[in-house]
Amino acid sequence: MGEFKVHRVRFFDYMPAAIRAMAFNAHTERLALGRMDGSVEIFNFADHYFQEKVIPGKDSRSIEALCWVGGRLFSAGLNGEVTEYDLESLRPKYSLEAYGGPIWTITSNSQGAHLAIGCEDGTVKLFEVLEESIQFERNLDRQKGRILSISWHPSGAQIAAGMMDMIRVFDVPTGRAVQRLLVDRGFGGSKSRETVVWSVVFLSDFTIISGDSAGKVQVWDGHTGTLVKTHLVTKWDVLALSVSKDESSVVAGTSEGTVIQFQFIAPTLQQQDKEWVRTRTFKNHTHDVRALAEIETAIVSGGMDTQLVVRPLLEKFDERSHASALRKIHFPHRNLVFCAKKAGLLLFQFPGQLELWRLGESDGHGKPGDSLPLKRKPEKLLHLKRKGEDHICCSALSSCGGWLAYSTMSSVRLYRLQTDNNDISITKVPKLPKVLRSAHQLCFSSDSSKLFAASSQSSVLVIALSQSECKYVHTLKPKSGSRQPIHLMTNSVDGKWLSTANSDCEIHVYNVQKLKLHCIVPVYGSCPSAMGIHPTTNNLTMVHADQQIFEYSIVEKQYTDWSRKLQKQGLHNLWLDRDTPVTHVTFNPKNPEQILLHDMHMFCIIDQSLPLPDQKTQFYNQMTLRSLSEQGRPSHLHAFKICKTFQDLLSVSLLDDQSLVMVERPLLAITSQLPAPVRQKKFAT
Amino acid sequence: MAALYEEFTLCGLVQTQNASDSPIQGIELDGDSDHVVVTDSTRSVTLYKVSDQKPLGSWTVKQGQLLTCPAVFNFQTKEYVVVSDNKVIRVWKDEDLSLDKTFKATVSADVWRVHSAPGGEPVVLFQRGAVRLLDSLLSAPQQPIEDVLSEEEVIRWSTNIVAEKQHFVLFTTEQKGERCLYVQRLNPNTLQKYRLEREDSGAAPLSFSASLRDKHLNLLYLYPNGCVYQSVVAAQGYVGLEGVQPLPRSLRLRLPVGEGELGAASAVALDEAHVAVVGVPHPSARTGKDFLCIWNTNFQTLQAGKEMVGRIHGQVWCYLGKLFVPHGKALSVIPYECQKSSLASALGKLRHAGIAVSKSSVAVPSWNTLLHGDQPQGPTKIVETRKSKLSRKSQSAQALTVDQVLELIKTRPVDEVQREVEALVSRGDAQDLQLSVGQLACHLVARSQAETAFYTPVALAQLVQTQCLCHSVCPDLLLLALEHKDYFLCQLCLQLFPDIPEVVTCACLKTFISVPDGDVEMVSLEPDSVSFMEGLVAAGARGGQQNGFSPPLFEEDSCDVNHQPKPPQDKKNPTLQLEACPVGLHKAVLLNEVLQTPYSDNFLLPHLKDLNTQQVILFLQYLQFVYLKYSQDIYTQTPVLRSPTMTQIIDWVCLLLDAHFTVLVMAPDAKGLLSNLQSFVKSQVKLFSELGNIESSLQELHKMKPSKDISQYSIEVIELF
Repeated sequence: MGEFKVHRVRFFDYMPAAIRAMAFNAHTERLALGRMDGSVEIFNFADHYFQEKVIPGKDSRSIEALCWVGGRLFSAGLNGEVTEYDLESLRPKYSLEAYGGPIWTITSNSQGAHLAIGCEDGTVKLFEVLEESIQFERNLDRQKGRILSISWHPSGAQIAAGMMDMIRVFDVPTGRAVQRLLVDRGFGGSKSRETVVWSVVFLSDFTIISGDSAGKVQVWDGHTGTLVKTHLVTKWDVLALSVSKDESSVVAGTSEGTVIQFQFIAPTLQQQDKEWVRTRTFKNHTHDVRALAEIETAIVSGGMDTQLVVRPLLEKFDERSHASALRKIHFPHRNLVFCAKKAGLLLFQFPGQLELWRLGESDGHGKPGDSLPLKRKPEKLLHLKRKGEDHICCSALSSCGGWLAYSTMSSVRLYRLQTDNNDISITKVPKLPKVLRSAHQLCFSSDSSKLFAASSQSSVLVIALSQSECKYVHTLKPKSGSRQPIHLMTNSVDGKWLSTANSDCEIHVYNVQKLKLHCIVPVYGSCPSAMGIHPTTNNLTMVHADQQIFEYSIVEKQYTDWSRKLQKQGLHNLWLDRDTPVTHVTFNPKNPEQILLHDMHMFCIIDQSLPLPDQKTQFYNQMTLRSLSEQGRPSHLHAFKICKTFQDLLSVSLLDDQSLVMVERPLLAITSQLPAPVRQKKFAT
Repeated sequence: MAALYEEFTLCGLVQTQNASDSPIQGIELDGDSDHVVVTDSTRSVTLYKVSDQKPLGSWTVKQGQLLTCPAVFNFQTKEYVVVSDNKVIRVWKDEDLSLDKTFKATVSADVWRVHSAPGGEPVVLFQRGAVRLLDSLLSAPQQPIEDVLSEEEVIRWSTNIVAEKQHFVLFTTEQKGERCLYVQRLNPNTLQKYRLEREDSGAAPLSFSASLRDKHLNLLYLYPNGCVYQSVVAAQGYVGLEGVQPLPRSLRLRLPVGEGELGAASAVALDEAHVAVVGVPHPSARTGKDFLCIWNTNFQTLQAGKEMVGRIHGQVWCYLGKLFVPHGKALSVIPYECQKSSLASALGKLRHAGIAVSKSSVAVPSWNTLLHGDQPQGPTKIVETRKSKLSRKSQSAQALTVDQVLELIKTRPVDEVQREVEALVSRGDAQDLQLSVGQLACHLVARSQAETAFYTPVALAQLVQTQCLCHSVCPDLLLLALEHKDYFLCQLCLQLFPDIPEVVTCACLKTFISVPDGDVEMVSLEPDSVSFMEGLVAAGARGGQQNGFSPPLFEEDSCDVNHQPKPPQDKKNPTLQLEACPVGLHKAVLLNEVLQTPYSDNFLLPHLKDLNTQQVILFLQYLQFVYLKYSQDIYTQTPVLRSPTMTQIIDWVCLLLDAHFTVLVMAPDAKGLLSNLQSFVKSQVKLFSELGNIESSLQELHKMKPSKDISQYSIEVIELF
């Protein structure tokens, strides 16, 4: 197959933001995840936990809690506002000042008619959910001290609210506080500190379960206001609680990074009386577990260590399957790195800035496995800070390295880059067409003559670029009338074709020269996670979240023979078992048979000329091939050539000089930048 | 151990004009054990009673005459002999008042020294090396005296040694930097000349000291660089070789000399292991060379030290357990004691450090505290001893001193001896005990050996438990205990003695293994070890097996071609066969003690052959039992202070098999045992080879780690196939 020169890049200091809140919509199987930087991510749990949508953050926005009402998503934060999100245009629909100071929590009643928020000033405010907005209804009796957590009784008649040192139970119709449950303080030195009730859960049998800063999970009787049971689970805080749908299990997240499960079971066999018993402890986090959701078959947790962990409950599975594996989501399922193949430039996208780097050079040659001596070190050419409060949601770099564009929620900016030798000059293109307000995706045509911007309702704006001006050309609209945003966009090298994919799993192919829709690829049930158009054959290769690979001939408007063969034979189980989606597809112009793919843990070259592996074939066969003689190899070759040398991959691209660029972001480097975890006594220290 | 006791002054000294000269020429013994004859450097001879520190008589030659050799006592005629003005020999008796009126004879050549020793006639050594017996010389004073030495050869030092039938005069000479030792044997007269090895610096020895030991003359000499050498000359066996022999030497001790070299210093051998040195620095004192120290030459350790105030002239005499050292303006007498030394006592029995800590009330004085704890040798030490003297005085009303108890042991009945020893041990402080315990034990054992009826188990046990005792101090103790079937004492000794010879260990083993179970079960033994053994036996009786346990040996046996087919029920249930301990509980406890005794296999092996086949088989069965218990579930037990380790058991099995293999192979009842034991060894070998594998693979891991360097950027080459 051959040797490749690899630029192993580790200087992209990507740092995901900590997870602050999450809400699971059991109906749509979507998980909404709120991060510290104010961004919201939507994961589709029905489609291999694919990260479908990302709503970029904003400096002034903070998210303390998220809440689904039907298909609508609300958040509340310490800025004192309640926000509803438009999940189609990926932006806040509106924000409402609640006038109660910082808001700590938001929950809806089970009927979905009302929202309750807990405010710093001690009020619980009720909002009525209307068709297009929400409306303030009334305050419950104001208390001394902040309201930190709220839980509705399933009937909607009562609300339990966690406060400092106590839990209040309100009667919703009258607004009166009917119970006051006093929560003990911690032992020893923490006796003087107030206990913060971080989380409450109100069950339908009027049991209240609370988690507090003294490390206790307490079970209360909501009728009488008496303490039933105390579980001291940690020396630190219990930060989050989540109850399963059938109310038989409650999970608690602690500052130690543990998730502790309690189950409502009979403590001894053949006994009728059930009680809440601590059953299992999961330790998948190193830092605070701030957000928790117990879904049908798994516990989803996230916290300060920025990773989303889906921990399946193995008793819910009869056999080992894709869903029964522990899953950790570290990286976004979209590109943050853009490579100018001709110029050898890399663009890194951060929420607050863009960085442009020139790769290093080496003129040495070496054996496989060697590191070559560097002739020139990589160089940071540009550090471009965004303007305004809104975070960058997408960016693009033209392959010649002459154009750079980025978009926030409120504006798109386009820059002209000029590099002569070591000097770089950047000029902002002044007058952009008015129609170009914001974009979900940006991409330049390969000859850098056009800019494509994915706009609302799956439409694409075509902008013509020239030295003197940039001009709006056309809006490409899908026939389907989908309102979902485009999350993938790619164009062909010959400049003829543009392909888009949206969250409805629709893939449209447009003829850019004729400015019209060419065809729609048959819709497949899983969302495409990466796609690319072949430079010579103009075949569209798509990889979906469920790891399936399709190749579609744009010219012939049908799947290629290779794709049919692949579907007929089926992909190897080891390929399907991978738990991170492929996020990039690219091709080797010198060798049209080769398709380059990567996910977080591997990089793969598919050679279409070679036989496909069947289930009995050794799938990861590079080591075997290495050990075989030249003559012995052909019989063992198959199409998937997988290299796992590089880990924690964010991007793989092939430069025009046939060298690969691998952008790694070692998880260890992310971990090392996290704040110190709570101190735990270990081994008699 | 050795100790220096409190010094006392025998007499004051008159400073001579020349400060470097000593005011004392010599100190010699009198016929009385408490008397010494001190000859000063000028004209007078004084007889002292040492214990009373008072002169008994004094004789002076006339003004203008000079004593040129120390006065000696003729033990045969009870007369004193001295030489004045090199040529005049004077002889006088105790009752003579003035030297002027006594017998004198003038000889024809200059006399170097007159030497006298108990049991021998005085001899006269002339300056030119000739030797005459005093009697024969006085019978013909003017007889011609031949020259033995060459022109420029001068005598530096001389002594005479009288053994049973032999009489030697030793003297060293110096000629142009070359030093020789002459050994003159009398009756028949022979003269042997030896050349001393030259020291690198060319310096002359500072002092000599000679003694007769094991029919060899030992010459000990000290050089200014602090080296103490010993040379040995055979006393018997006349060496017919003519001419000068080289005298080989061995370095016994290298004293710390501090800055510069030693000036006036002297070393004298106290016994085969101890040397007293004056005029050398104390290793832990900062400055000054005015110390008297006792060193152990076997272990190169300082045993005791004492600062001598005032100028030291590099003279020391040693008579009757006392050291005589002139220093400053006084002649001091320092009684000393050297105990038989053993490595165990020298090292403070480090092996038992753990136990010593737990029973700190009878802590063994550690080497450090002996050396450095008593470091300030000056005034504080004196104050301390005064205090202890006072306290001793106040106690003496109720309690007896060590010496008194030692006397008691020789005669009194068992009860009384037991009581007194007990009292002594319980009140004595550790420092004193260290010295006296050995003596007490030796005396007790000696009497027990002499009178079979006399035996004091409690007292002996108590002495052993002080942990100041070791086997080499009292070698007969353990054997005595065995003889008297005092198993408790045996156990104590095995536990606490660090230096039991292999032959004794084997004797114990033999006794223990052949003793009927009934005899031992009544004996009370140390409770810790008994409870350990009880636990071990009970573990099997419970019958429960640890989760995951599989008897490895029987599985492996199946592939063994040479394996003897076993009775079928054995194969089915291996634990059945091992249920019972082959020996009684207390016997097992005693055997455990033997297992834990330190030994070196080269020395143990020949003695193991003394065991007969039945004993070997029984012991092997017991070892097998313990091994199986260990491989089952002993590790769930609470750890006991003393229990045999797996390695010890395996080692003993190997040793026994080595010693008796041919016999065991022939014995029909040992066959099953042997094949079992072979499988133990196999499983151990397997275990260790597995561990070896793990070790190497762990090392591989170690090697793999650093190869990953993490740099921000690199260009690498990969190859895909």
